[in-house]
Amino acid sequence: MEFFLQQLFSGLAFGGVYACMALAVVMIYQATDHLNFAQGEMAMFSTYIAYTLISHGVPYWWTFLLAMAISFVGGVMIERIIVRPVEGTSVLNEVIVFIGLLTIFNSLAGWIWEYTIKPFPSPFPKDPLFGNTFVGTHDLGVIGVTLVVLFGVFLFFRYTPIGLAMRAAAQDPASARLVGIRVGWMLALGWGLAAAIGAVAGILVAPIVFLEPNMMGSILLYGFAGALLGGITNPAGAVFGGFAVGVLETLIGAYVSFIGSELKLTVALVLIIAVLVFRPSGLFGRVVVKRV
Amino acid sequence: MMLNRRNFAVSAAAMAIALAYGPAGAAGKYDPGASDTEIKIGNTNPYSGPASAYGTIGKAIAAYWKMVNDNGGINGRKINFISLDDSYSPPKTVEQTRKLVEQERVLLDFQPLGTPTNTAIHKYMNAKKVPQLFVATGAGKWGQPKKYPWTMGWQPAYPGEAKIYASYLLNNKPDAKVAILYQNDDYGKDYLNGFIAGLGAKAKTMIVAKESYETSDPTVDPQVIKLKASGADVFFNITTPKFAAQAIRKVYDLGWQPLHFLNNVSTSVGGVLKPAGLEKSVGLITTAYLKEATDPQWANDADMKAWNAWMDKYLPGGDKSSSFNVYGYAVSATMHEVLKRAGDNLTRANIMKQAASLKGLKVPLLLPGITVDTSPTDFYPIECARLAKFDGHKWQLVGDVLCPKK
Repeated sequence: MEFFLQQLFSGLAFGGVYACMALAVVMIYQATDHLNFAQGEMAMFSTYIAYTLISHGVPYWWTFLLAMAISFVGGVMIERIIVRPVEGTSVLNEVIVFIGLLTIFNSLAGWIWEYTIKPFPSPFPKDPLFGNTFVGTHDLGVIGVTLVVLFGVFLFFRYTPIGLAMRAAAQDPASARLVGIRVGWMLALGWGLAAAIGAVAGILVAPIVFLEPNMMGSILLYGFAGALLGGITNPAGAVFGGFAVGVLETLIGAYVSFIGSELKLTVALVLIIAVLVFRPSGLFGRVVVKRV
Repeated sequence: MMLNRRNFAVSAAAMAIALAYGPAGAAGKYDPGASDTEIKIGNTNPYSGPASAYGTIGKAIAAYWKMVNDNGGINGRKINFISLDDSYSPPKTVEQTRKLVEQERVLLDFQPLGTPTNTAIHKYMNAKKVPQLFVATGAGKWGQPKKYPWTMGWQPAYPGEAKIYASYLLNNKPDAKVAILYQNDDYGKDYLNGFIAGLGAKAKTMIVAKESYETSDPTVDPQVIKLKASGADVFFNITTPKFAAQAIRKVYDLGWQPLHFLNNVSTSVGGVLKPAGLEKSVGLITTAYLKEATDPQWANDADMKAWNAWMDKYLPGGDKSSSFNVYGYAVSATMHEVLKRAGDNLTRANIMKQAASLKGLKVPLLLPGITVDTSPTDFYPIECARLAKFDGHKWQLVGDVLCPKK
């Protein structure tokens, strides 16, 4: 039982991080219809910014908010300056820009902060809660913070005028423009939000995996799997997908002996393919019908 | 007039040098890269990219040859050390090595760094018959004189190191239950197979759990949880720095207290143990074959004093606590000795012949009792090591010099 709980919570904690990445991916997908391959490296870069702030003595939670704010501005700027000129030219152009961003951020981080691993502090107490032996307090914290962020995003889209405008711009740009919404800026805001959510994912996972420039590579892959599983058009579904992938991956690795640790990543990839084959819109995604 | 006198002085000095070295120049036998005045040595190192921390070694080696040249070179010849950046990327290593061999025409390739990178040029160097000497990797495959007579390692090989842990267990803890975490590639399996071979017939009963990980895994926490659940009381940690730090921390956080062997790959205090937490690293056991510059017991050691003076003069600002600087110095000293012994016969074949006939060679900065030994059938220069235990601040040497059973 203890073994099961240890594995379950470990899976849930990583699921929370995958969920954040999935959500960030969905935000940009909704705005642009493309997967942002640089999402992971942007999150990693935000984490390094947080690392720098902390080593300059900024208190942890201020760092957390500041890093989110800086990432938000950075995300908006990337959309305005780099992505905007190629927007709508061709799918290939945009994908190449995303991959270019991925390489740039990765090399830049290595150049500025070196490739050696760095410990990243956790704001949560070191000792397990109530002396239990199956879940670290940081793991619980990750799950908690993820849920808070998701709830915040939900409130933002559901109850604020800007959230409504962003939804309109994503779903029907032409009509949104006609009612006076500045669609271009809404897309930029989407990028900003995605970057800020990515920063949360990076800051949460860094204390577990250690900070280094390649930290987010495989995590983004699991984030993609989560987003596709839950439905790439549905933020809540993506979050569910993220958690599901985290738990499935850990439990399958622990209990299905012929898969074991060797084929865990393969499981995530098989999941992506299976979803794309049997339910292309994901478990909760809406089926998009396009007139051609 | 003045000028003439100076010219005379210079040529007289040159004569004196030529006389002192006898007819060496005239009778020298040379392959490309060697001449009466110069020996060209090639090298590839990761000065950029993800493994650029290792680039320290390349810089230390360059500083060593600078010292040699300032002291008159080797048998009157200056060392021209050409070190190129390969970013730890095998295709780039091939490109840079071909440049060294075909354009720069070096006599030999010394200390190219990395297992995948050396693997990429392994066949090429042997086809070209250019020495690939004292490579900076511990893989077991560099010691195959029959198949690859032009390639040789230097540091203790991974399988040999694993055998040392195995023989320690057989002697001191024969009823141990061992759990193993290993990286699922050549490097991890080198250690794993060496360990299994070292335990021999008892491997089946002693190893109770094995878990692997891929370098693409974000964390090895789930593997460590599984290994703990096996009830093992010995943990053999075959991981690269990032995963080593994760595993050390997780073992501690789970309250698991096994006898913890950590492979030599990840013993850096600053790069692994500090991020993992020094208090969580207490009791780790590894092997050591080099003197630690920070260890006070070597403070009055003659070699260490020479090393310190060299650091001050040739690598000012270099990190004296980095074992890479000790390593670079010691491996260069080995190469130095081989070139000295080759004398005026600077052919590639003779270099390999000299490298393969080192008997009980004492190299500066190796731990006392550890020597370099090679023969035409033994291409593993350093095989013995001592165990070292981490006390929360540094590695403490324990026990005698151990050698893997052949």
